[in-house]
Amino acid sequence: MGTQVKDVIIKPDAPNTLFLDKHADYIAAYGSKKDDYEYTLSEYLRMSGIYWGLTVMDLMGQLSRMNREEILDFIKSCQHDCGGISASIGHDPHLLYTLSAVQILSLYDCINVIDVDKVVEYVRGLQQEDGSFAGDKWGEIDTRFSFCAVATLALLGKLDAINMDKAVEFVLSCMNFDGGFGCRPGSESHAGQIYCCTGFLSVTGQLHQVNADLLGWWLCERQLPSGGLNGRPEKLPDVCYSWWVLASLKIIGRIHWIDKAKLCNFILACQDEETGGFADRPGDMVDPFHTLFGVAGLSLLGDEQIKPVNPVFCMPEDVLQRIGLQPDLLS
Amino acid sequence: MSSVEEMSNSVAESLEEDGVEEENTVDEAEMEYEEPIKGGYIFYRDRKEWADLEPVPQDDGPNPVVKIAYSEKFTDVFDMFRALLKNDEKSERAFALTAEAIELNAANYTVWHYRRVLLQALDKDLREEMRYITAIIEDQPKNYQVWHHRRMVVEWLNDTSDEQQFVAEILSQDAKNYHAWQHRQWVIQEYKLWDGELEYVEELLEEDVRNNSAWNQRHFVISHTSGYSDPAVLDREVQYTLKQIKKAPHNESAWNYLKGILQDGGLSSYPGLLEQVTELQDSSSSPYLTAFLVDLYEDALETNNSSHDQRDTLNKALELCKFLAEEKDTIRREYWGYVSRSLQNVYGSGDSAPSTLAPPPPSSQHLDGEPIDP
Repeated sequence: MGTQVKDVIIKPDAPNTLFLDKHADYIAAYGSKKDDYEYTLSEYLRMSGIYWGLTVMDLMGQLSRMNREEILDFIKSCQHDCGGISASIGHDPHLLYTLSAVQILSLYDCINVIDVDKVVEYVRGLQQEDGSFAGDKWGEIDTRFSFCAVATLALLGKLDAINMDKAVEFVLSCMNFDGGFGCRPGSESHAGQIYCCTGFLSVTGQLHQVNADLLGWWLCERQLPSGGLNGRPEKLPDVCYSWWVLASLKIIGRIHWIDKAKLCNFILACQDEETGGFADRPGDMVDPFHTLFGVAGLSLLGDEQIKPVNPVFCMPEDVLQRIGLQPDLLS
Repeated sequence: MSSVEEMSNSVAESLEEDGVEEENTVDEAEMEYEEPIKGGYIFYRDRKEWADLEPVPQDDGPNPVVKIAYSEKFTDVFDMFRALLKNDEKSERAFALTAEAIELNAANYTVWHYRRVLLQALDKDLREEMRYITAIIEDQPKNYQVWHHRRMVVEWLNDTSDEQQFVAEILSQDAKNYHAWQHRQWVIQEYKLWDGELEYVEELLEEDVRNNSAWNQRHFVISHTSGYSDPAVLDREVQYTLKQIKKAPHNESAWNYLKGILQDGGLSSYPGLLEQVTELQDSSSSPYLTAFLVDLYEDALETNNSSHDQRDTLNKALELCKFLAEEKDTIRREYWGYVSRSLQNVYGSGDSAPSTLAPPPPSSQHLDGEPIDP
């Protein structure tokens, strides 16, 4: 076996400047094009889709182009009797979409559109005996849900509703020999899970439990020769890891361990100059998910055309300032 | 964060690795429905045996801003599904419809919920359900819902006899499928099926020694069985890992594993390790090997290991950091600069040679919280 490295090659004609206006147009028009089968298929995550769109528009200073009233009405119709919120009307409630809904309402400063106490009750009810959180009543356990739970409660100012010690204990039990985190104890370290766990530890004031040098090294090892970041060893780079990895590094105070110029180059290459939006890697089809994380990644890298983004919540810093939420970061 | 659900979809779309054709569920589905519907398919809204139900069109809220163009079949099936949900109907036809809905969109978690409710309410044959979910997963192995559904059926049946074989089959198509590994770990741990797992891991590492999931599984199995505190086990693992490194030195997973199993005891305390690794330098050098040596020297300094001359060790470590920053791993020069400065700060005396790895001026740094070099 040779020393081949799994990576992409960025073509010389790949985009190398930022087309913010095109991205704003892309998001504003998303879902209103005639051939939007993709939109239909993604109904099961609509609440998250809206959160991605609104957040990236706000980061680009274009939030006013989105349909505030329709979205607020939509969210109201998605809260169930149990307090949980579903991805769309007629879907079942889930912690993932409960967080997205609360994030959207925070962006719009309209949290009382829903019954806040019931949301808190819903989140509290999903905590298990070992401190972990299920995503919904069907019981899937994942550190993503630990993050969703505390992020939701933090935005509502109700972190005291859960058993914090147990919650922390569970997340720490997911720390691996390489300093990373997986979805459950023993699961392979994965950048997305690491983002959730470091975000969790930030919100709960437990970042001192992280081995920042060890984890920081694992995270900066995600950078490939192309400049892009992957999610675990021997995988291809993907622009969404510009968020998961970069935000994690920012949270643990080691964002400067990434070669910024090279990463920036990769992210810009993932744009589609014709349609607007970002794809997972250069030349692929764009979508709102990768568009948010491409733009948010550039914000973390210091691009001044974009509003500062909070690395824990992936929301504009000014929104969190308004709420009065400043989660810890390591330095 | 709900965006993390999309992680697995994004991973699914990167099947272009290893030259496999990129799998894009949306494109496939789109192609299916752009073809004229053949073979006399009858919409549910036109079927006599469904005439009693009023299909419920999608409700996007009081003032939908967007005009949505649905594929007709999709609309037909899901309008009928919503009707069933609304009436909370628990019937065979409802059960059959969930299969149609799943075929159109297996990521729709509400459909899966409803199917489970029906499985219980109608007391359906769970073995048949196992066959069903097996086929679905084979077709769409990178979807959270299908694996969670399988887990529920396994729990209800309390039967794991097919699980390891099934997961092995899925892993043979993609040896790093994160969902598959989660399921495998759950089955093995919950039902204490540790026997033979280490052998399975070795098989996978034979096929691809860079499979990070397999290395993780190796750690998982040993941690939960013999543990690493038995010196015989530790020796075996160190030698096994060094052997794999010889075969493929540019292998992050193997080096991470080696460091991981030795870090508690201390890298510099393991007898003969420095010699074995240094020996590899000529034939099997890689940035990971160099990085490992830095870690080993750092451990020697930290533990004030008497078999290492402190100043000599420090100089060697600094030399390697410089080598990595300037030649072998320049993309991570900031990290190597940090390691170098830390070593100097802690172990250097005042007369150490000035570091060429000092941090760049503050203005070009994005929030550098590190102390300035003394």
